[in-house]
Amino acid sequence: MSERAQLLLPIADDELVLGWRNSEWTGIAPFLEEDVAFSSIAQNEIGHARALYQLVADELGTTADELAFDRAPEEYRCSQFAQLRLVPDWARTIARHYLYETADAKRIEALKASDDPEIAGLAAKIEREEAYHRMHAEMWFERLKDEPRFVDALEELRPLVDVRGELAADFAELWEEMTMVRRSVVGATW
Amino acid sequence: MSEQEFLEYVQSGGQVETDDWMPDDYRAKLIKFIEMHGNSELMGVLPEREWILRAPTLQRKLALTAKVQDEVGHAQLIYRVVEDLGKPREHCLDDLISGKSKFHNVFHYPTKTWGDVGVIAWLVDAAAIISQKALLKCSYAPYARIMKKICWEESFHILHGRDVILTMMNGADEQRELVQEALDRWWGPLMQFHGNPIASADDPMFQWRIKSQGNEEARQQFLDGYVPQIWELGLTVPDPKLSKNEEGIWEYTEPDWAELKHVVTGHGPQTAERLELRKTTRAETEWVRRTVLAEAA
Amino acid sequence: MIVYEVFRQERKGQAFAHAGSVGAPDSSFAEAYAREQYGRRGESVALWVVPRDAVLEIDEFVDELQKNYHRVDGYPLKEKLKEARERAGTAAPSDR
Repeated sequence: MSERAQLLLPIADDELVLGWRNSEWTGIAPFLEEDVAFSSIAQNEIGHARALYQLVADELGTTADELAFDRAPEEYRCSQFAQLRLVPDWARTIARHYLYETADAKRIEALKASDDPEIAGLAAKIEREEAYHRMHAEMWFERLKDEPRFVDALEELRPLVDVRGELAADFAELWEEMTMVRRSVVGATW
Repeated sequence: MSEQEFLEYVQSGGQVETDDWMPDDYRAKLIKFIEMHGNSELMGVLPEREWILRAPTLQRKLALTAKVQDEVGHAQLIYRVVEDLGKPREHCLDDLISGKSKFHNVFHYPTKTWGDVGVIAWLVDAAAIISQKALLKCSYAPYARIMKKICWEESFHILHGRDVILTMMNGADEQRELVQEALDRWWGPLMQFHGNPIASADDPMFQWRIKSQGNEEARQQFLDGYVPQIWELGLTVPDPKLSKNEEGIWEYTEPDWAELKHVVTGHGPQTAERLELRKTTRAETEWVRRTVLAEAA
Repeated sequence: MIVYEVFRQERKGQAFAHAGSVGAPDSSFAEAYAREQYGRRGESVALWVVPRDAVLEIDEFVDELQKNYHRVDGYPLKEKLKEARERAGTAAPSDR
């Protein structure tokens, strides 16, 4: 695997899978205004994944969609943390959102310092969107910080933030659903 | 103002704002109508969101998520109007879940394939936008105003639907079959969507200028706009009688009005399951609203 | 839940127009929600978000004694201009 792929695929896979999980709240979030706002965050994450995949795809001579959908499940590099299916638990959803945004900020900061101008440029763009994600996460943190289930959720999830290396047991299930239409007619344009 | 004066006022194009005096009957019918619209947006989200997870490309995933997000946004705009008329959204949700209030027929049906995703965005949204454009002239101004934003956003949905359909129609045979099969299933509900024809003189919604377009007029507009689009792709409509006569009127097999009534009164194939989903997700997030919005349980 | 009114400016230089309202627990949430509801498509360059209670509505205006000096119909110039032109010998064909 190229250096670029090694660096960017884990991040792209995280953003893809987290965006996928967060988009599961679209239509059923705690209240309508929040539903709209949280959906934008999920869409942004997918957008970040797409842009990151594109950088890798350009180098490998493939497409962002092929990287996002057509790898075998065991080739994905996302963290278990990003994969967790948390609907309908809003406390754990926001806890992960908060923890993820904090960790991701550091990761993006490092990418901004890359020697590769394409990577640095994309990282700067991503960071400008992520600023709003962080504001959103902090806003909710302020409101929920005294709520026991939120405190418990933070405690439960914090140790998982930096764990990498293994896919979650149910990742294959996510992959199945994510790719079912695409696999139904191989090679088709959708 | 007397009720007669109010009637003359709205019939001559007069607009009503939130704090204006309005007859009790006008207010009641208005709330019921607008609430049903809000309910429909909220329930319409459920069949489509299943496919967000299964979208076959990143672009489709984004477009579909954005579309569903728009529907949620519309529900927000609409319920705010109802709230300002005096009915809190939690009461609206109570009535929706208990079956006391209704939502449009099309959202009681299952989605089975990616073909449904295309057909819904292209044709169901098209049928809806025809009614919505007519509501731009609603006598109740706050509702007319939100319809502007809603109509503008719906135009993106139709484009998305058309794009999905055209891509499939230009693709493999299996993809073309998905579209035709979905169309065959959705045609009946689409024809019922605008409701059975009611004479304007008998329709209080028309008298109060809440609606300004008759049901049959809306259906004719839909057929005029979209049957040619369907036929030009080589797709067929499962109604052998469907044709435009010499006077430019579309003739068709009489829709199953009994089915429509049966479905909207809560007996559609997916009604119970979807209301149950609304009920459980609402219960699971009750603590959030209590904590953050200080809403009474 | 507090209701916040949202005003949007579509393009720089245009007036801020009332766009709708959002329900939120406080102003930071209201900002986030208004931003998404009225800006996610890039349809606004700026928004004003105001708690509904802060908006003072005035919808009754008194005009009992015909203050026509405030209106265009209070200035009947046509006849006077016709007379002045005749006096100056510059009457336009349309004056007859």
